[in-house]
Amino acid sequence: MQLTVWTYEGPPHIGAMRVATAMRGLHYVLHAPQGDTYADLLFTMIERRDARPPVTYTTFQARDLGSDTAEIFKNAVAAAYERFRPEAMIVGASCTAELIQDDPGGLAKALALPIPVIPLDLPAYQKKENWGASETFYRLVRTLCGPRAEAVGKAGRRPSCNILGPTALGFRHRDDLVEIRKLLDALGIDVNLVAPLGASPADLGRLGEADFNVVLYPEIARATGQHLQKTFGQPMVETVPIGVAATIRFVEEVAAIAGVDPAPVLSGAPSRLPWYSRSVDSTYLTGKRVFIFGDATHALAAARVAATELGFKVVGLGSYAREFAREIRAEAALHGIEATITDDYLDVEAAIQASAAELVLGTQMERHIAKRLGLPCAVISAPIHVQDFPARHSPQMGFEGANVLFDTWVHPLMMGLEEHLLGMFREDSEFHADASPSHLGPGHHPVPPPSAGEGGPRVSEGRERGAPGPERSPPHPPAPQAPSPAEGGGSSGAANSTWAPDAEKELKKIPFFVRGKARANTERFARERALPLITVETLYDAKAHFGR
Amino acid sequence: MNAHAPLTAFENERGLEIRQERGQRAVFCGLTGIVWLHRKIQDAFFLVVGSRTCAHLIQSAAGVMIFAEPRFATAIMDERDLAGLADMNDELDAVVGRLVARRPEIKLLFLVGSCPSEVIKLDLSRAAQRLSRSLAPDVRVLSYSGSGIETTFTQGEDACLASLVPEMPAEAEQAEPALLVVGALADVVEDQFARIFSEMGIGPVRFLPARRAGAMPPVGPNTRYLLAQPFLTDTARVLDERGATRLAAPFPLGAEGTTGWLKAAADAFGVEAGRFAAATAPGLRRADQALAPYRAMLTQRRIFFFPDSQLEIPLARFLSREMGAELVEVGTPYLHRGHLDREMALLPRGTRIVEGQSLDAQMDRCRQARPDLTVCGLGLANPLEAEGLATKWSIELLFTPIQGYDQAGDLAELFARPLVRRTRLEV
Repeated sequence: MQLTVWTYEGPPHIGAMRVATAMRGLHYVLHAPQGDTYADLLFTMIERRDARPPVTYTTFQARDLGSDTAEIFKNAVAAAYERFRPEAMIVGASCTAELIQDDPGGLAKALALPIPVIPLDLPAYQKKENWGASETFYRLVRTLCGPRAEAVGKAGRRPSCNILGPTALGFRHRDDLVEIRKLLDALGIDVNLVAPLGASPADLGRLGEADFNVVLYPEIARATGQHLQKTFGQPMVETVPIGVAATIRFVEEVAAIAGVDPAPVLSGAPSRLPWYSRSVDSTYLTGKRVFIFGDATHALAAARVAATELGFKVVGLGSYAREFAREIRAEAALHGIEATITDDYLDVEAAIQASAAELVLGTQMERHIAKRLGLPCAVISAPIHVQDFPARHSPQMGFEGANVLFDTWVHPLMMGLEEHLLGMFREDSEFHADASPSHLGPGHHPVPPPSAGEGGPRVSEGRERGAPGPERSPPHPPAPQAPSPAEGGGSSGAANSTWAPDAEKELKKIPFFVRGKARANTERFARERALPLITVETLYDAKAHFGR
Repeated sequence: MNAHAPLTAFENERGLEIRQERGQRAVFCGLTGIVWLHRKIQDAFFLVVGSRTCAHLIQSAAGVMIFAEPRFATAIMDERDLAGLADMNDELDAVVGRLVARRPEIKLLFLVGSCPSEVIKLDLSRAAQRLSRSLAPDVRVLSYSGSGIETTFTQGEDACLASLVPEMPAEAEQAEPALLVVGALADVVEDQFARIFSEMGIGPVRFLPARRAGAMPPVGPNTRYLLAQPFLTDTARVLDERGATRLAAPFPLGAEGTTGWLKAAADAFGVEAGRFAAATAPGLRRADQALAPYRAMLTQRRIFFFPDSQLEIPLARFLSREMGAELVEVGTPYLHRGHLDREMALLPRGTRIVEGQSLDAQMDRCRQARPDLTVCGLGLANPLEAEGLATKWSIELLFTPIQGYDQAGDLAELFARPLVRRTRLEV
């Protein structure tokens, strides 16, 4: 059993729902207990879809367990076919139905419906949402894609590709798709098919007609892309075009495969990010300490953009996608850090605290953590809430996506002049050292100092909790009253050094967003030298030692 | 799709058409009750023993308030547990140990059963006893089931409160008759009712659940209880077993329901008519004043209820009698005929009540009737709006103070708002 406060991914059948809901003409019959229809509102509320997901649930109850739940399932499949007349159907079980072992695939097959019925085997106690989406998409394509069309008449037509990966409930999938279509069109490449989003089962039969595949979201479409590569020999572009450099690389790769000239697309200044980032107003962004967490695709992309396009320092990188752990670890190594590969929210919390980051780029869950620690935060990856399905065009991919990234990531930071003034003057009643950035509303205050009240024990919880595990490496020994790294006050969390009152006071003169780092460095400095008392001198000795 | 056809339809002695339906049900499971219960009992923690689906459900349902440190979590069972590689009781003890260390302020821990834990018959009540012993005296551990196979939405609160009843202290011998109000109410509503009862001279008045785990009220043969919510079947039964007596009443929704509810207590405690009138008059006057502007918006509006919380019948009664609305269909996930007797007596003859659900069939009826307002869950609301039907999402009725005189206007406003909004939007 695993203690779970928040979960980064839903169960695998949610992934299957994301594929079914993305498509047209496909229906999903899910053997599930009453109550599992909550999943509908992910689509109707968070993504604000205007139709019910194409999912029929058996919604069995306890009284049904005594009788024939298999019969209930068969009736549901038959009724769903009659009512919705889909082109194809997927059938499967949720976690509870998996326990009662009714064999949805076999039962549905026995009905001999005149359409393809694809059984899904999604082990709910081992796998999660993205795996479920990937597996579902792969099964659908395996079953439904027709033979490879001969590349006849290729000379007379534009090259074409499939775009694989966008689903329902995907982070900015809608707008990423617009950007990628724009790029491909400008390169003179046709889009044969986008799938799963907007495709019908019949459409999947035409996948073989394209010259190559673009895999936008490897979590969802890598398996399918590899299958198509193996079966049809279709090359696959898997460079995720998030950020300016990645987009340029993507364009070059696609152009090379398609045999077209990338120069017209890359000429000029296709994105504003490079100039914005070079303009002197951005100088203060240099070396900002950033912690990055999310799915693998977005976390990897964010790390590269943060380091090489915005000039941040990546002090933490991690993902809940264990399937991509190797890539994440390799990227983390480039930044000289160790990757945080975990789906345990509490481990992420501990890692963020330990990193003394000034900015967190993460998921909805990291917003919780950042809020508690009083850190600026921007969302770069699912899981996400309703505000990250915006009405406006907000891609992450392509050149326009890079513009969006610049605005979104810089916005939560204190603006340059304010940051300077805070470093010089501290006693202002309005712009005092612990005040939130004045361009953000009063709702953006960092959490109050965890002096005695609720904040204190809570903040230390993650650390205490994080201590025992072998994979976790808390930099501070556990301390019951350890203050948040984002904040000065309170007693010291160091094991064997205490802060002299005047040193503590001096520490408070450091702007709050770097104070955590200063505190950690000073305590480390004192620990390494076995200094029992941290004085003002120690603080400045440590500053000189570590630089910034 | 459990069965295709409606099972039975008959007209009861009140002239109501009561129909039962089985099939696909678009409802929440009882785990959802945690979302408000964990705020009501301030030092309680809810640990769901279930799957990733359960954890995902609660965090989805918790919606807007997920930025607060929640007092709930899930012990997710994994393959090792199911394959018997790990002893589930040992695993559970370890999880609880970590949790209690992390949250030392917890005084009451609920182990909440889910579909997976019920299907594999993990005995949470024994686990609760065992953990209570090992964590005593700091933490008391109780268990109940919020599984979808056994409970629908608000029935989770029923199961939770029913698990608390054996924990309530016995009332003192020769205790005076005391009034117990049962069902989680907004703090502000609780305080209002306490004031009115005090003006009527009724006392002591206590509330279940109490706001603190250590302050659960006593119960015994001199306890008279009023249900504040219509979904408390099991809680009422176990209160009866401890000798308490239920006061039959309508539910305190709208002015009429509130008066009827208070009157049941007044009668049981021998409050004189004059004193009752004096205590209720200011509330009635204010409710009347607050309801007036909404009456014009809701009168003769045709309303359709999908089943959700069991609040549907009292709400339908309020809308039809006080607001002049017409009832197309009143769906309820479960109909307790005894507890809702006073409510059903007030419904117009011919009202169609549907207990249970066959989702597609019910949606067909709704589309055909084209009601002016459809009360339904969030899975259906936007799709029906897109079809041109005005909807009121029903879960809000559990998250908003709606009981009592001073909330009557707010209650009406909840139904009027979607209609008003439609008149405002010009795009």
